[in-house]
Amino acid sequence: MGDWKTITVPIPSSESKNISQFTSETNMSPSSLYSQQVLCPSLPLAKSVHSFFRAFCTEENVDQSISYLDQELTTLGFPSLCEESKGKEVKRDLNIVAVLNCIHELLVLHRKNLLAQENVETQNLKLGSDMDHLQNCYSKLKEQLETSRREMIGLQERDRQLQGKNRNLHQLLKNEKDEVQKLQNIIASRATQYNHDMKRKEREYNKLKERLHQLVMNKKDKKTAMDILNYVGRADGKRGAWRTGKTEARNEDEMYKVLLNDYEQRQKQILLENAELKKVLQQMKKEMISLLAPQKQKPKEKAEDSPGAVQSDVEEDTSELSKENMWELSCETVREQLTNSIRKQWRILKSHVEKLDNQVSKVHLGGFKDEEVISRQDHEQETEKLELEIQQCKEMIQTQQQLLQQFTTACDDDTSSLLQDCYLLEEKERLEEEWALFKEQKKNFEKERRSFTEAAIRLGLERKAFEEDRAGWLKQQFLNMTSFDNKNSESAFSGSSDQDNLTLYSKPGQKFYSVSSESSLCTSKLTKSLPVSPSTSELFQTIHHLSTNSRVLNVTTEDTKPNQVGRECTTQRWSMASRSDSQEGGCSGSRSLACTDSSIEHRDGLP
Amino acid sequence: MNFSEVFKLSNQLSRFSPNGKFLASCVQYRLVVRDVSTLQILQLYTCLDQIQYLEWSADSLFILCAMYKRGLVQVWSLEQPEWHCKIDEGSAGLVASCWSPDGRHILNTTEFHLRITVWSLCTKSVSYIKYPKACQQGITFTKDGRYMALAERRDCKDYISLFVCSDWQLLRHFDTDTQDLAGIEWAPNGCVLAAWDSCLEYKVLLYSLDGRLLSTYSAYEWSLGIKTIAWSPSSQFLAIGSYDEKVRILNHVTWKMITEFGHTATINNPKIVIYKEMEKSQNLEMENLPFPPTKAAASSLFNTESKYEVVSSPVSLQTLKPVTDRPNPKIGVGILAFSPDNCFLATRNDNIPNAVWIWDVQKLKLFVVLEHLAAVRSFQWNPQQARLAVCTGRSQVYLWSPAGCVSVQVPAEGTC
Repeated sequence: MGDWKTITVPIPSSESKNISQFTSETNMSPSSLYSQQVLCPSLPLAKSVHSFFRAFCTEENVDQSISYLDQELTTLGFPSLCEESKGKEVKRDLNIVAVLNCIHELLVLHRKNLLAQENVETQNLKLGSDMDHLQNCYSKLKEQLETSRREMIGLQERDRQLQGKNRNLHQLLKNEKDEVQKLQNIIASRATQYNHDMKRKEREYNKLKERLHQLVMNKKDKKTAMDILNYVGRADGKRGAWRTGKTEARNEDEMYKVLLNDYEQRQKQILLENAELKKVLQQMKKEMISLLAPQKQKPKEKAEDSPGAVQSDVEEDTSELSKENMWELSCETVREQLTNSIRKQWRILKSHVEKLDNQVSKVHLGGFKDEEVISRQDHEQETEKLELEIQQCKEMIQTQQQLLQQFTTACDDDTSSLLQDCYLLEEKERLEEEWALFKEQKKNFEKERRSFTEAAIRLGLERKAFEEDRAGWLKQQFLNMTSFDNKNSESAFSGSSDQDNLTLYSKPGQKFYSVSSESSLCTSKLTKSLPVSPSTSELFQTIHHLSTNSRVLNVTTEDTKPNQVGRECTTQRWSMASRSDSQEGGCSGSRSLACTDSSIEHRDGLP
Repeated sequence: MNFSEVFKLSNQLSRFSPNGKFLASCVQYRLVVRDVSTLQILQLYTCLDQIQYLEWSADSLFILCAMYKRGLVQVWSLEQPEWHCKIDEGSAGLVASCWSPDGRHILNTTEFHLRITVWSLCTKSVSYIKYPKACQQGITFTKDGRYMALAERRDCKDYISLFVCSDWQLLRHFDTDTQDLAGIEWAPNGCVLAAWDSCLEYKVLLYSLDGRLLSTYSAYEWSLGIKTIAWSPSSQFLAIGSYDEKVRILNHVTWKMITEFGHTATINNPKIVIYKEMEKSQNLEMENLPFPPTKAAASSLFNTESKYEVVSSPVSLQTLKPVTDRPNPKIGVGILAFSPDNCFLATRNDNIPNAVWIWDVQKLKLFVVLEHLAAVRSFQWNPQQARLAVCTGRSQVYLWSPAGCVSVQVPAEGTC
């Protein structure tokens, strides 16, 4: 590629004309002066051109110029300008039509040429700009190439330097190692030397010792002696034994026994340890299996091999476990199985934990898919909510406490006095009502009691009269006994009893004398037997005790409920009266029974 | 804490009897036996020379007093004060003396470790054991007193002999693969014997009772090796303290190291409790000081009281830079002791001399560090419970238990 030079774009119209002028000038070089003077005035041209054309054709050389032009045009392929000459005449006349045609042709040609020129110029410009661009690129690439070359050279230099250093260091290391080796060799040699010297010295020393020993033994001076008052018994109390082959053998045996004992103990300990460790391993295995078992229900996308493996492992392990439980031997295969299964479980557990870690890390990053795993943000939000709730609850509790306090303490004296025992008001009113009822009932009972007493007194009086009558009658009977039968006695008795009953029943308002003869007899007996006892209370008591379904009670039960309390009270009173006051002669159940018994006896006893 | 009055003592010779009822102490050439509860003098014996070594027999009936300069051993009886026994080694000299576990034989090591003479108090017999090794711990008895292991050296090789203590019969005799056997120790269960090499080589050999080599352990080469060794009371662990400031624990099943405890100068773990001894500042009332100052006042001035304070981590402990070009440098774990209930291990790192490190054996972790104002001289566990007594050369005795620790002032004139 040669050097490209920028070509300035020439200004079109006049310049092109100039160029054409110049080109035409070159064509016209042979007859330059001559042609310059010839000029065609009818053509509209610039002044210079005008003058230039004037130079070509002047008035003098018209013919010559015509002929020249004709020559030129015919050579260029244009038709001839002149008329056809008839003979060989010197002067030739211009054919104007041909001239005009030629001029027109020339103009068209000129325009074409101009267009072509323009096109060429634009193309030229384009090519020029392309070339500029390419030259720029080329220069840049050249620069880059230069810099990369320089870099490479630099790196190569550094590499060379480092390799040099490395070599040096290796060398140093080697030197050091050699030195160390040398020193070690020196030490070893010195050590052997010292040992040798030591041995030599020791031999000498031994020789001396031997010599000295000989001397000492030979001397046998009395000084080497033991002066002892009396010999002491052996520590274990036994006599000393002679040293024989047997004792040697015995010593050997004992020594071996000691050793064996020690080994046995150690083995026991080791066995125990082994058993414990095996138990621990088995437990671990079980726990690991149980940990991984819920994985089976997890979505299958996470399943991969783990559930399958777990299942198969579980099956394997259960069979293994059963085997192991059966054997409990420490044979190689069982041990290996155990360790292998534990390793497998551990691997599964590890992978599971890693998965969880990954999930957690994903959650941290933001996107969580698993519902079971809660993102930390959610967790924190939840805790915040809960804390807020707790706060609110606490505040509520506080306000309630305050209100309570207000209600209990912040009232005036009037209100407080009014409100005193306000909670118990209802109960108090009820109690008062019941008291009123009690009092009524009490009154009623008093009345009844009085009536009872009157009735009892009347009864007593009547009884007295009856007794007198009876006595008189009995007298009569007795007197008549000799003449009359016994039948009369029975009838008398029965009659009397009936009489009693009748009399008893005739008493008004005394429903509670639902009495059999027993009770009447009993009461009569009571009135006779017991010394100081008001008959009324006894009556009540006997009635109460004898009649299990006492009408008194039945009467009261028919009353409305509020009187239930009253009934209970009255019964209590009765029972209290019966128990507490001895004067009233508490007739306990036993006594009443005794009464009945006695009455029965008496009844029998009566003739 | 109650302290008794001060009794005279020489050579730091004072021993409780194995049954815990008596206390024997030496004053120059006199042996004083006191009752432990009342501290009344029960017996007073007079020996022929200054006593250098004192030992009770295992049944607490006899006391052995050794006088190395004269080569004499005198034995006294508690039951019969008139009974006497004198063992004279004569020109053989005496370097060490000890009881046999049955309390009826005395083993005397003659000068230059020529031989060990076994004197019997029951019979007239005397036995000689040749070529005993002169090392840190050459004789060891099993806990039940049945067997004795003795380190021997013949023809520049180390051997171990096992004897039956009842009749002194040689049970086993085998050589050990050590350069220079430094010590042997039975495990408390009496079935394993640990033998270790000198500090020039780190090597521990474990032998069974019948003389078989069970295992060898070597942590590293070339550097200074084992400084001290301790068995745990249950024989489960063997703790090895070495010059690299670490304790390595071997387990009794595989005889391999299960853990190593490092003693660093700074402690960063906040879970470790660090007790630091601080001086209690004394208020000196300058006007009330008596003149001339009484002894008590003077001692109280100089013996400042101290107490423990709990310090929170990180804590850096005082370290000593050991002199490296001298033999037996003060570096590494020099004292190891297991507590009797097997729960704790107390150690002292010799280049951090003020601190006692207490390790929890169940968790195999550092538990407590006690830092004192002066260098720890020695410590001992209570034989029955997990309580550690420490002394540092000041006038206090320090007690630590898992419940806490206390510094008790010992009422004494001068320092303890």
